[in-house]
Amino acid sequence: MMNHSQSTGADYNYTIVRQFALTTILWGIVGMAVGVLIAAQLIWPQLNFETPWLTYSRLRPLHTNAVIFAFGTSALFATSYYIVQRTCQTKLFAPKLAAFTFWGWQAIIVSAAITLPMGFTSGKEYAELEWPIDIAITVVWVCYAIVFFGTIIKRTTSHIYVANWFFGAFIITVAVLHIVNSMAVPVSLFKSYSMYSGAVDAMVQWWYGHNAVGFLLTAGFLGMMYYFVPKQAGRPVYSYRLSIVHFWALIALYIWAGPHHLHYTALPDWTQSLGMVMSLILFAPSWGGMINGIMTLSGAWHKLRTDPVLRFLVVSLSFYGMSTFEGPMMAIKTVNALSHYTDWTVGHVHSGALGWVAMVSIGSLYHLIPVLFGHGRMYSTNLVNVHFWLATIGTVLYIVAMWISGVMQGLMWRAVNSDGTLTYSFVESLEASYPFYFVRFIGGLFFLAGMFIMAYNVMRTVKAPKDSLPELTEA
Amino acid sequence: MDYGTFQGILTIIVMVTFIGIFYWAYSSKSKSKFDEAANLVFTKEEISDMAKDSGEKKK
Repeated sequence: MMNHSQSTGADYNYTIVRQFALTTILWGIVGMAVGVLIAAQLIWPQLNFETPWLTYSRLRPLHTNAVIFAFGTSALFATSYYIVQRTCQTKLFAPKLAAFTFWGWQAIIVSAAITLPMGFTSGKEYAELEWPIDIAITVVWVCYAIVFFGTIIKRTTSHIYVANWFFGAFIITVAVLHIVNSMAVPVSLFKSYSMYSGAVDAMVQWWYGHNAVGFLLTAGFLGMMYYFVPKQAGRPVYSYRLSIVHFWALIALYIWAGPHHLHYTALPDWTQSLGMVMSLILFAPSWGGMINGIMTLSGAWHKLRTDPVLRFLVVSLSFYGMSTFEGPMMAIKTVNALSHYTDWTVGHVHSGALGWVAMVSIGSLYHLIPVLFGHGRMYSTNLVNVHFWLATIGTVLYIVAMWISGVMQGLMWRAVNSDGTLTYSFVESLEASYPFYFVRFIGGLFFLAGMFIMAYNVMRTVKAPKDSLPELTEA
Repeated sequence: MDYGTFQGILTIIVMVTFIGIFYWAYSSKSKSKFDEAANLVFTKEEISDMAKDSGEKKK
């Protein structure tokens, strides 16, 4: 059996891909561990140990920043640098600048991990980091764009593969979103105030917030999907034409969906309705992409029985389809009247974050690690399988608990007696949520346990002697 | 031109562009180019392996 990793001819820059791939796992464990800790704090509040930097309010932004920008974005750096080289059949442009993006990004992650628990925050969700770190992010991101687009410019193929279109849109849009939303007036080294105020500030924030979901957590990971699903299934994508329409429709629509985060607020009514309608239309390209990914397996369904890596990728697409159906439904104003501010939103986010983003990254990494370290397969396929089930069960426990808790909260908050007074106090709804918080904690624990198994499996693969892990041949 | 007319024209331009992209993606002229692009994921060796696989199935 030929080793595909060595038969490519061109000599690609894998050092940077290896670095980002391994830090993805490290930050995944850190970010998810903080998530499990704050989930536990909601059940056992004394777990903050009366220490300011262990309080929920400071650790929650640490959790979101760690999983989105440390885990998720490292996975995007790794896969985009890998895919752009392989599909453009050329080495990475400006390798020193690429190395700078790695060390720069790690420095940003570390500074976030220090400043957030200390309580330095600009108070914008998913954009909490203070202005000096915001500037550093901009610098690293511009270098990332130079490396990525420089590689595309020097490609030796005539066509730019669709995955690179998604990565390109993700890189450009995140730069624009980050710069516009982070505009602030600094008053000291660690304190600044947003340049915007009132409803405008809220709209800019959620234009940023939802497009961080749309471009970072969706477009970028779709780029991953369009490479690793065909690769792992051993057949080209179901419809390349559909992928083109998918790309343009998705990027044209996502940018409008932000106002659905601000239903029934001071935002003008027409803006809310526009956000709702655009979110509903978004269902079409989302499912177009999901179907395109899943149908790539047609004729290769049997591979799902033996290949847990492919299973990760396909189940991630199923969760993607589920959450992109749920999202448009929740954007409908009358549904949102029930769901907003409840745990339903938290469940929805995690069906996307655990089910889609994390699982497609994990699947891609299981494909990537053996190639990057010159092996035919992972150290243990069984452990990949165990990880798959831990991740799937963990995600399902999490989102089902949050669905029930969220709908219950929504119903309790809106219930009124015949004289117009509220039937339940807020604390009563909180008390009713306790059992579901426990189930959520268990779900998170399952998911985190899977990550530890992955770390062990990856460590054994990296350290394995050469030629000791040959590719498995189908019997 | 008032703001409403401007928005109307903009909507039509965006719609025509999208239909244009759709037409271009699904025109038969682009098909061979796209088939080639879809195979960029694979190395030359993998593509010839796949061809062998499908050849065996036909027999």
